[in-house]
Amino acid sequence: MEQLEKIFETRELNVNMGPQHPATHGVLRLVLDIDGETIVKVTPYVGYLHRGIEKLGESLSYFQALPLTDRMDYVSAMSNNIGYCIAVEKLFGIEAPERAKFIRTMVGEMSRIANHLLWLATHALDIGAMTVFLYCFREREWILDLYEMICGARLTVTYPRVGGIRNDVPQEFLDSLWKFTDEFPSRILEYETLIDQNRIWLKRTKGIGVISAEEAVRWGMTGPTLRGSGVPYDIRKHAPYDAYDKVEFDVPIGTEGDTYDRYRCRMLEMRQSNNIIRQCIEKLPIGPVMADAPKFTLQPKDAMFPITHPTKEHAFFIEEKTCKGCGMCMRACPAKAIFGEKKKPHKINQELCLACANCYVTCKFKALKIVPGGKGLSDEKLAELAAAPVPEDIKKATEHLVEQFSFVKKGPRAPEGELYVATEVPKGELGFYFVSDGSGKPYRMRLRAPSFIHAGCLPRLCVGHLVADVIAAIGTIDIVLGECDR
Amino acid sequence: MAVIEIRLSLPPKGLEAKEIAEKIKENFPDQVIDVAEFRDQVSVIVKKDQVVPICKYLHDDPLLSLDHLQDLTAVDYSGKKDVRFEVVYNLYSIRYRHKIRIRAQVPEPNPKINSVVPIWAGANWHERECFDMFGIVFTGHPDLRRILLPEDWEGHPLRKDYPLKGPGPENDWPGFIEVLNRSKELKEFEWEG
Repeated sequence: MEQLEKIFETRELNVNMGPQHPATHGVLRLVLDIDGETIVKVTPYVGYLHRGIEKLGESLSYFQALPLTDRMDYVSAMSNNIGYCIAVEKLFGIEAPERAKFIRTMVGEMSRIANHLLWLATHALDIGAMTVFLYCFREREWILDLYEMICGARLTVTYPRVGGIRNDVPQEFLDSLWKFTDEFPSRILEYETLIDQNRIWLKRTKGIGVISAEEAVRWGMTGPTLRGSGVPYDIRKHAPYDAYDKVEFDVPIGTEGDTYDRYRCRMLEMRQSNNIIRQCIEKLPIGPVMADAPKFTLQPKDAMFPITHPTKEHAFFIEEKTCKGCGMCMRACPAKAIFGEKKKPHKINQELCLACANCYVTCKFKALKIVPGGKGLSDEKLAELAAAPVPEDIKKATEHLVEQFSFVKKGPRAPEGELYVATEVPKGELGFYFVSDGSGKPYRMRLRAPSFIHAGCLPRLCVGHLVADVIAAIGTIDIVLGECDR
Repeated sequence: MAVIEIRLSLPPKGLEAKEIAEKIKENFPDQVIDVAEFRDQVSVIVKKDQVVPICKYLHDDPLLSLDHLQDLTAVDYSGKKDVRFEVVYNLYSIRYRHKIRIRAQVPEPNPKINSVVPIWAGANWHERECFDMFGIVFTGHPDLRRILLPEDWEGHPLRKDYPLKGPGPENDWPGFIEVLNRSKELKEFEWEG
């Protein structure tokens, strides 16, 4: 017998799971040390999707870094955008108008529903309940279509802006969203019929990945993952932003801290989100959607309409006595309609001119004049008209255009200082830590991604369970590796 | 059903951030260098030696109870400040809803600071990331390895002297060069219509 034991000694087995594995929700690699079927040690490896967003952010202006945040948690890009905008708004010291706040709350909750639906679909699929998958995707598709309606994109939306939102929502969007909120509660019931009392589902989720309240806080968990353990921490309540202090909602809290409780929390959260959206539509105030802070925000495009989309056809004309012949306008002209010798007054070939106003913005000597309704007139006639005073609307629009031009090139200057702003995204607490040195770019941009922290908790959740429960543990913490690796 | 739904009754707001800063000053008078404030957020700049006792005090004191480590990161102030690195701890109290930021100065060369993993287990990956990105060594950390970058990567990308576009084609990461060579080798097997 002893000899036999010597030949067949028992050793821990080392299994590599991922990075290409359907249940790891991205490129996550786990090295599992297993003793039979029981997990002894888990070592996660992340970083396969590292793109250096923090380093990139330091080289971009505050506007330009906004689309990078879509690419973090691509499942709920809208919430990430909102988090970024709120952080930058706080840094600038501006506030979005009321209507923009309500719309942001609305689309933010839509992204919470979309995220939880995708989570439920894949989590259930991993554990073995395949039917839910397509049910969830049906409703998620509806939300993505609604996103498409307001900004043209389905996943990487970049819809919110620093100081408000990109554009107001159309009425059809609100109608369709209202219809969605009417139907959605019954759809949640449908999912629950499929899995809530399902014996396999209960077996695979109850008592799996249990973590106590104190320990969950110690591990830095946030969002539904933390609330499943019974800690009432929700930033929407603790430090309300946008319109969350103007809507009523409950925060579901678990008791056991296991996979099943976290599942229940997310299911109830979807109902709450549905209610928040309804309240937002009901209470939606009328007004502007962009903050009135010309130093920090891009002004609406229609402020420049008299020039960029003229109602009367404009002509541009170079005043001979002011033109120094520097050639700046000639280089700026996309149609090559400006000609002339160096140090001598230039001229515009009116037949080639596109009226794009590029020359107008570039000229440092204000030699260029806009002649409303001057298209097709001769040069002499234009010179005569150009001498007359400029109409008020054109004057204002011109100022806007010139301002905007330099603004986009240099970016708004943030005051010197540092701040940390956290928002509640579907996965947990998304924090932005900015250090500003007073220039147009952040000196340090730090992203606190909930997925990163949660992936770090995996060893704590898995050890002692069976191999199959690793899948449940990965699902229950709801990670997206794009956000984890940044 | 296990999950109960509650209308979250918020705890009363605890201390002002300034009061917490005062408390740290009282208890560690020779450690606090400065207190900075910006947009109602207060940061206490401390020396790095006693950072663990300070954090332990903030975490354990029943009136402060800063139990949630929101974020741990570092900033490279090379050329801007006398001390090059600062390790930043963003702390929050779930019970009292107050917060404070601790900034510990870590000078060059050999940036080193004690690890806070015994206090907040979640600091584990944060500190590994700091080590990866800035090269700050956290003494007492259970498993200090690179986390986002490959083990054999050279340099620390978030330092200000690291080029934005990476090390360049000559000094690229060996793993990437290997992939490029492999793709060249396999090119002869490519299907040509």
